[in-house]
Amino acid sequence: MRLLRRFQYEAAGRLVGPGLVAWQRLAGTRRGRGPHGRGGPFGPRLESTRRLKELMSLHYLQGRYADGAVPVAWVTSGFPVELLRAMGFFCVYPENHAALCSVLRLVPRLSDAAEREGFSRDLCSYARTDIGSVLTSDSPVGRLPRPDLLACCTNICQTVLLWYRALAWYFRVPLVLLDTPFVYGRAGAHSLAYVRDQLAELTEAAGRLTGRPADPERLVQMVRRAREGTALWAECLAAGKARPSPWTAVDGFFHMAPIVTLRGSEECNAYYRSLRDELHDRVSRGVGGIRDERRRLMWDNLPIWFHVRALTTALAERGFTFVCASYTNAWAEAGSRIDPMDPLGSIADAYTHVILNQDLASRGRVLARLATEYQVDGAVLHSDRSCKPYSLGQVDLRERLARELGIKVLLLEADHGDPRQFSAEQADVRLSAFMESFG
Amino acid sequence: MSAAGIGVDAGSTTCKAVAVDRRGEVLARRLEPASPRIDEQAARLVASLRDEAGEAPVAATGYGRKRVRADRTLTEITCHSRGAYHLRPRPGVLLDVGGQDTKVIRLGPAGEVLDFSMNDKCAAGTGRFLEVILGRLHVGFEDVRELAARADRPVAVSSTCTVFAESEVISLVAQGAPLEGIVRGLHAAFASRVAALAGALPEGAPVAMSGGVALNEAMVAALSAALGRPIEVLPDPQLVGALGAALAAAGAVI
Repeated sequence: MRLLRRFQYEAAGRLVGPGLVAWQRLAGTRRGRGPHGRGGPFGPRLESTRRLKELMSLHYLQGRYADGAVPVAWVTSGFPVELLRAMGFFCVYPENHAALCSVLRLVPRLSDAAEREGFSRDLCSYARTDIGSVLTSDSPVGRLPRPDLLACCTNICQTVLLWYRALAWYFRVPLVLLDTPFVYGRAGAHSLAYVRDQLAELTEAAGRLTGRPADPERLVQMVRRAREGTALWAECLAAGKARPSPWTAVDGFFHMAPIVTLRGSEECNAYYRSLRDELHDRVSRGVGGIRDERRRLMWDNLPIWFHVRALTTALAERGFTFVCASYTNAWAEAGSRIDPMDPLGSIADAYTHVILNQDLASRGRVLARLATEYQVDGAVLHSDRSCKPYSLGQVDLRERLARELGIKVLLLEADHGDPRQFSAEQADVRLSAFMESFG
Repeated sequence: MSAAGIGVDAGSTTCKAVAVDRRGEVLARRLEPASPRIDEQAARLVASLRDEAGEAPVAATGYGRKRVRADRTLTEITCHSRGAYHLRPRPGVLLDVGGQDTKVIRLGPAGEVLDFSMNDKCAAGTGRFLEVILGRLHVGFEDVRELAARADRPVAVSSTCTVFAESEVISLVAQGAPLEGIVRGLHAAFASRVAALAGALPEGAPVAMSGGVALNEAMVAALSAALGRPIEVLPDPQLVGALGAALAAAGAVI
């Protein structure tokens, strides 16, 4: 049985998936859908977008056949996935899946299912979407593989712990927790030792589950590739410093999927090499993410997934574009600390210092640095109803950015996943007034 | 007569229209309760202003602005700021408290919008809050000032949420609390909400007020107490947004 599942899993990843991708590509060409289909106020579509869709479709397709074939872990976006990947786990990111559900406007339906079970609408919409999807087996990717292990790291919020406990209860599978002490400035040696000890412990626990102990060499290789992938992603983002920016930070929200979900894999790195080359080529030819770049903006917090297109179109029509975002930048920073010479120690260091696990002053420094490096004229701070740790302190951050850098800053209230927590008309008034204030 | 610009402010409670000449002087004005047929109402008001003051380009603002046939549309934030700066050319803070929105706008030395904050998806601290609760108490806007003045002391209304405050007021009435005290308590609750939105005001910056709620003197007094500084009500406060739109239509440089 296991052998059959393994065969299906490998076939999906190596034969069926690539075959489907090739067929879709051919069908797309026949229908005359070239790579330049974007139009409107935007620049030409990135060639890499098609590869991104193929890469992610393949990941989810293979995921359908993963349970029973290989060990499966569901992980939070801030979990050191390198450890689990090195042990042969197929890793599923419920947050990425929930973002996909939000783009497709499935959140109300999935959240309703969670709310009927008693989960409050005040909870994070990612959590509600994921739990709703588990309860109803409803997913835009067909199905997610059943987890053998749940891996949760509290470096992004405390909600994930309670959310994953609920998952553990539904699936009756073990939950491993990586608890990262909050950082003020710089994490102390005792904090890092505490995180490192947990890493050793959870590697053992995962090894007991798979029946095979961790292979230190595979971990080193995984860490090396994750570090390289992170550096490539950082290069892609840095291309946005050019005028005009060859892409928008909103494009980045979508193109970050591989560095989040496939970090440590060779496909991930190959993808970012080609994206980087395409962006550099656009910079050399002066091609912009929007046609007429007049004002450059910075974005803070998660995207409003279900409204991102409407929002950027309204901005782009008036020559405004996001050139950087603290959110996409987070994946270019944390990974730069990991080091193949000291995998566990450096993983502890990297994952303890992610932006959401740091104090407000440190977050302010990151924003100020991005604003300066990308030469922005203004910033939009998304006060996200679903992500309180990211939204807390934004009033102070707004004042700091306005005072120290003299840029205009808008606080925009919305939600990253649930359109019912968002008022499009009110957001439009704020955004329009913000643009009008530039004169 | 030679109008240079016409501004329409299609608000949630009233629809306003103003025609200005080249110097920004108001030539004619209109104000009506808002009709759900925004486009028709705005067209009628504009036609009647054109009859009186002459042809001129039109700019629209207010939440119904996209339904108005106009040469350009602008948000209320920009229009109230332009109108206010035209009336009082100085930097400072503008409170615009209308039927549906409350805005706190900080203006720079040239009348530019430095930043603004608005109530989010909540009617607390807007004209609608008063309208709903005074309606429940059968108190008209014209009687509010006198009632609030007659109160010995305010009855504490702790809710700033319109829905919760309404049920709180119903219980207060049932407990026999004096109507005058409740009305004054409502003003205090309202003012505390707006003060929270305003946050820390810049030292020494003058505060001006526009919007329909500025006609309620008891509310202006309560707001002034909550903010800890005097508030100047702009002339014809309900028309400030339409004035700003008319100035924008006329291409006036603020």
